[in-house]
Amino acid sequence: MRNVKVKTWAKAASLIIFFAVFYLILKIFNLKPVSLLEAGLLAMTPLTFAAVGESINEKAGLVNIGIEGIFLISAVAGVFGAEVFNNGYAGLLVGLLAGAFIGLILGVVSVYLKADQIIAGMGINIFALGMVSFLLMVLWAFPGIHVFPKELMVPSFYTVIGRVSPVTVLAIITAFAGHFFLYKTVLGFRIRAAGEEPEAVDIAGVRVDRIRIFTSVLGGALAGVGGAFMPLCWFGALVKEVSAGRGFIALACVVFAGLEPLLSLVAAFIFGFSEGLAYSTAITPGVKEVVPFYFVQMIPYITTLAVVTVTIGRKRFPKAIGKPYSRE
Amino acid sequence: MKEYNPLLLSIGQSILAIAIGLLIGSALIAFFGYDPLKAFIMLFKGAFGGLSETLETLAYSVPFMLTAIPFAIGMQAGLFNIGAEGQMYLGAVAAVAVGGALSLPPYIHLICATVFSMVAGALWAYPAAVLKIKRGVHEVISTIMLNWIAFYLSIYLIVYHLAQPGRAERSLPILPTSRYAVLYSGSTLTTVIFVAVGFCILLHFFLKGTRIGYEMRAAGSNPDAARYAGININKVIILSFIIGGMASGLAGASQILGRPPAWALYATLGNIVNIGFDGIGVALIGRNNPIGGIFAAIFYGALLNGGRSMEYYVGVPSELVRAVNGLIVLALASPEIISIVRRKIKK
Repeated sequence: MRNVKVKTWAKAASLIIFFAVFYLILKIFNLKPVSLLEAGLLAMTPLTFAAVGESINEKAGLVNIGIEGIFLISAVAGVFGAEVFNNGYAGLLVGLLAGAFIGLILGVVSVYLKADQIIAGMGINIFALGMVSFLLMVLWAFPGIHVFPKELMVPSFYTVIGRVSPVTVLAIITAFAGHFFLYKTVLGFRIRAAGEEPEAVDIAGVRVDRIRIFTSVLGGALAGVGGAFMPLCWFGALVKEVSAGRGFIALACVVFAGLEPLLSLVAAFIFGFSEGLAYSTAITPGVKEVVPFYFVQMIPYITTLAVVTVTIGRKRFPKAIGKPYSRE
Repeated sequence: MKEYNPLLLSIGQSILAIAIGLLIGSALIAFFGYDPLKAFIMLFKGAFGGLSETLETLAYSVPFMLTAIPFAIGMQAGLFNIGAEGQMYLGAVAAVAVGGALSLPPYIHLICATVFSMVAGALWAYPAAVLKIKRGVHEVISTIMLNWIAFYLSIYLIVYHLAQPGRAERSLPILPTSRYAVLYSGSTLTTVIFVAVGFCILLHFFLKGTRIGYEMRAAGSNPDAARYAGININKVIILSFIIGGMASGLAGASQILGRPPAWALYATLGNIVNIGFDGIGVALIGRNNPIGGIFAAIFYGALLNGGRSMEYYVGVPSELVRAVNGLIVLALASPEIISIVRRKIKK
């Protein structure tokens, strides 16, 4: 297959170019690799969670473009939960539940009400956009930003490569677990079949609707952890633009990876590091005087667009993706 | 089953979705300890309580008539163009650049600023169309990335090149020669509403009355048949993005050249942010039709304008309005809801 070869080469080339540029920038601007790695690992974590969950969801035949909205809502829910239970980990769990709940709503709307999944996802995004500002006012009576006590942050631990959040480690494990789950378990097989041949799955006596609801909830829950991660393990504060398009960057990861959890880990790594690079470049003496901060902030979005454009090729997506399945 | 008039049916679907959205919205209001009935009364009074309130509602609705178009026309052509936000930012910046930084004779100045902002919006929409055609990049991803790039680019342009001397928080003010006239003194409604409505009506006739408009709709409803019939799909994609970009650019300009008292763009983009995203909901409420979009925009303008008095008198944060818009979209995404309701009514 020529296409597959071209695709593989394009992917390899983009990786090499990425690291070459990366190395050059390090050299030119005298950046410290450790701080860069720290920032990159933080930035890749929510992307990894969401992309792995969405890969599994799309394998089952559902598309969720509401990840951005799930990030926003679960970030608020996570901080609120952390304050109620006075514990950062509890906050992550509340974020997970909030994400799972939105995943459930999207699943029910897509499976039983046969909604147009892209429009439904956009509805979640618009809803979340308003809901975050609304909740910030109702819960903390302050517009746009909420700073919570530092003790609620989930602590990072020190390693040879700098400070690493335990949740980042969990994200990487999740990617491997997701791969194992999809390809080595019975349920994983059924999920893949539900996205390819829902009729056959149905005839075999497995409920397609339940499988899809399950993957939607699972995807929502994972995105929810990613959303709660941002304030609780990374920023230390909640702002109304907390997700800043990362939900869509996670979708770009899924597209880049062609629905493979392990490849989406690679994608999250690339996009996360481009964001880390942006932050470390922004604070480097000699750069911050010359390059306006606003250009540095564009880096993650330009990288995403460029990487997707270069590597997209002809991806094979599940046959029944985005199509509601009804039992006759 | 009885045959229904398709126009009435689609209006009914919108009204049902609006009812669902408002119902869940009032549940949220009650959940957080406010009185939903009082909130809605204040919202209605704030939106339509008198002449000045009604004019204000219309002023609020103007940009949404336009930002609904990229999504609406995209849907008609089978595309999910959610790039209105970024295209609108650049339209607003272009309006500032021509309307604030250049000095031209009256009328010509206004026309130049308006046209230039439409060109800027179209230019920012064009790459998404090219990426779609040449590389197959899904427009949801490309337009969102372009939105965020446009956000920082616009702030950069305002802060570094178009800032008002001595007031870094806002752009150069629009010169009087490049302002749309205020329609009724004391209100913020300007003649730009005629431009917006005119754009929507023209577009409606373009889609319904011309060959290329027919081709666009055909490509959206059945791409394979359209390709077989010899319709150039690439042309349809490019055209729908460019028209959408022009409408978004005009929406941005309408807030700069036609909205007192600011007559300028804030450096945070605070006076235009989210207008593009909300347009998606407005487009869907208007059933992806430019004329329907006018009415949907007035409805949404009423929510926004009335939301302020709801916040002032009852204390419910007006951001709830945007959440309700999202709920309406969610309800509109599910055509099954209407048939479920119809079955319930029959029983």
